[in-house]
Amino acid sequence: MSTAAAHGAHADAHEHHHESFIRKYIFSTDHKMISRQFLITGIVMGVIGMVMSILFRLQLAWPDQKFAILEMLLGRWAKGGVLDANFYMALVTIHGTIMVFYVLTAGLSGTFSNLLIPLQCGARDMASPFMNMLSYWFFFLSSVVLCWSFFVETGPASAGWTVYPPLSALEKAMPGSGFGMTLWLVAIALFIVSALLGGVNYISTVLNMRTKGMSMNRLPLTIWAFFFTAILGLLSFPVLLGAALFLIFDRSFGTSFYLSDIWLNGVGALENVGGSPILYQHLFWFLGHPEVYIILMPALGITSEVIATNARKPIFGYTAMVISLMGISILSFIVWGHHMFITGMNPFLGSVFMFLTLVIAVPSAVKVFNYLTTLWRGNIRFTPAMLFAIGLVSFFISGGLTGIYLGNAALDINLHDSYFVVAHFHLVMGSAAIFGMFSGIYHWFPKMFGRLMNNTLGYFHFWLTFIAAYLVFFPMHFMGLAGVPRRYYAFSVIPEFNVWLEVNQLITVAAIMAGFAQVLFLWNFFYSIFRGKKSDANPWNSNTLEWSTPVEHIHGNWPGEIPTVYRGPYEYSREDREEDFYPQHIPGDDEGHGHGAPKTKSAPVHTEEPAAQSGNVLFSALKKVFGFSPR
Amino acid sequence: MANQTSATFENQAMWAGGRSPFNLSYGKLMMWIFLLSDAFTFSSLLVGYGAIRFSYSGAAVSWPDPSAIFNHFPFMHGYFLPLLFVSLMTFILILSSVTMVLAVEAGHRNSKKEVSKYMFYTVLGGLAFLGCQAWEWTQFITDKGRLDSNFFGITEQGYNHLKQVKFGDHFHWVDGDRTWGPVPFASLFFIVTGFHGFHVFSGVVLNVIIWINTLRGTYERRGHYEMVEKVGLYWHFVDLVWVFVFTFYYLI
Repeated sequence: MSTAAAHGAHADAHEHHHESFIRKYIFSTDHKMISRQFLITGIVMGVIGMVMSILFRLQLAWPDQKFAILEMLLGRWAKGGVLDANFYMALVTIHGTIMVFYVLTAGLSGTFSNLLIPLQCGARDMASPFMNMLSYWFFFLSSVVLCWSFFVETGPASAGWTVYPPLSALEKAMPGSGFGMTLWLVAIALFIVSALLGGVNYISTVLNMRTKGMSMNRLPLTIWAFFFTAILGLLSFPVLLGAALFLIFDRSFGTSFYLSDIWLNGVGALENVGGSPILYQHLFWFLGHPEVYIILMPALGITSEVIATNARKPIFGYTAMVISLMGISILSFIVWGHHMFITGMNPFLGSVFMFLTLVIAVPSAVKVFNYLTTLWRGNIRFTPAMLFAIGLVSFFISGGLTGIYLGNAALDINLHDSYFVVAHFHLVMGSAAIFGMFSGIYHWFPKMFGRLMNNTLGYFHFWLTFIAAYLVFFPMHFMGLAGVPRRYYAFSVIPEFNVWLEVNQLITVAAIMAGFAQVLFLWNFFYSIFRGKKSDANPWNSNTLEWSTPVEHIHGNWPGEIPTVYRGPYEYSREDREEDFYPQHIPGDDEGHGHGAPKTKSAPVHTEEPAAQSGNVLFSALKKVFGFSPR
Repeated sequence: MANQTSATFENQAMWAGGRSPFNLSYGKLMMWIFLLSDAFTFSSLLVGYGAIRFSYSGAAVSWPDPSAIFNHFPFMHGYFLPLLFVSLMTFILILSSVTMVLAVEAGHRNSKKEVSKYMFYTVLGGLAFLGCQAWEWTQFITDKGRLDSNFFGITEQGYNHLKQVKFGDHFHWVDGDRTWGPVPFASLFFIVTGFHGFHVFSGVVLNVIIWINTLRGTYERRGHYEMVEKVGLYWHFVDLVWVFVFTFYYLI
């Protein structure tokens, strides 16, 4: 694990570099490089997903219009310039899959967990750098397989991102149920392996490799969020693996776990008997609901960090933030039924799921109030990262409120599978999480690439995206309330929905505007990697450990010893300090200056034994439970 | 505290921050975390099994009685020996867990000779289990168990026939005893036991690697046998999962 060993292995008398190109940039085991690999792959997948959304938005706004350019680009998928109905379904499906799994799970969690867990915990690297590398390459392979499915004869999977059977189980149900669906399942299986390898690593690194003095109650909230996210992923992805296993057997080996004796196009009963598609829904949503929080929680963690740093205030209610993350994590496992209210579920069971769902509003509200109270009377610096963090809070509120409607079983019967649902989740987990991701990119760009991104372009990016996101998703609430169903190819054939055509056009124009804003971001991002202004070691005057490392990345993160941690991560604007920040690793005489100390709990420190080791109630309880004796 | 030292050896090199939270090396922690997640994979399969099985309560052809199917034993053709063979399999697997415990314990004492001896027995046990499973699958397939069909729909006449046989009697199905039964029964059998068998197979491969490393003195040079402990955790987990598979699939 030492740098010496790494150097010894790769040092070459003839070469100036310590590592060959392949070891450094491709099969790298360094967490900082892996994080950048995740980010770049995530951005590429994000661009694909976004282009897809613009394509199907064009179809929804101008269903009968012929776009010659579409035929040029897509060939037989847009004969005569009008999008093919099957391809429309494929676009919707793959857009969802890419955004949920590839961008907002791997792109967000993969990037920032990898970058920040070792840096903010004070570790030389992940617990197992090799597994970390495997995690990225499984993800990469999975992305390749998914992209491959665009090029197969019958087109990519088209059963919606949830791939419910029978559309996903019967190879002949629709064109997208063919080979494209098989590739989708293979891609997701690879993705699960990647997520598990990553998750095992994240959890053990957070638990076991923190530096001296970095007790759990001094961890930055980002790390807490990544920690809970990893736990969620670790416990829910295996269930998707089980579900996918059954599905693969149903598709390819003639079993009938999800298939009962049904009729297809009015001809012939299936051979299959005895299974139930509802079983798939249960298994899928046991992953699917925690997945929402796998997406959201890293963004919430990033927001906590960015808001506290840029408001120059300690985060309001550190403990409450951790407990609310924990509450969300636990609750997320027992609410999956609210996706299935209309499957004929026992109404009593439905009411239990409804109650538990509505309880999630409590920890979520705690988080929102704590963000707002942290901002309150703060000395706010409106950096692009801060704006995106505040944008997340806005989306989290507006999208979260509609969650209360949808969580209600009685209302959900009406709203299910309508545009109301689309509006809800695109705001609360789509836009909110992507804003958290942008916030993280702007904030930690100097750490990742040693340079700063352009602020002006950042402001344009923020305002355009923010306005466009609301213009896209807010009108959808009204469409959904009026009963417009999601996933329909063209509403022009249903006269009642013609009134929404102009709204659809507005949404599409706004979506194109959002796409344009992302071009600004991409330009800013890639230009700044090479030509951006060089950054200082600590450009945001932040407290956390990652800013104590040199700007130039080195293997092992810190040139000398790993710094010791003396206090919590949010000691901003203390009265007894000249500067308005107090990095965690600077030794200080905290004792006797209690009056000016902020509200964050920080144990009185600076003793020989790095304090607060024993201060953590949670861990002593866990230790008792598991019976690990102290050394 | 000799064994404590060996267990936390790697730990001390890694962990600079006073006492480590679980007093575990990160490698062992990773194995625990992986097993937790793997437990969820098996749970999803078993929950699926339960859901499908209970959907057959009250159906025209009921879920087959396992003892009517798994009643063969090698070299005892034609005798009614319900669940005897699978009990033997279970016993073998548990025995191999015992030898694994002994290997781990010998590792704490840094006794290379004993570790390699018990690892060998564990590998042997794992291979024996896999062999038994292969035999049982063959038997099941011979009896017309298929992924997409199941000839174990036992009719009323069949149940009456079964009631008359005693343990160890000669027994043969006659016409009218059996009919086409719940399809998921057979497919679940293959998937659940197959997935478990795949785990056992991976475990045997891991055990062989560890055994060879022990023989080559890798761990002796390293000064501790923590790798044996790690594969031991995995092996016990696989054993534990089998207990659940056995209970849910064969006993109930």
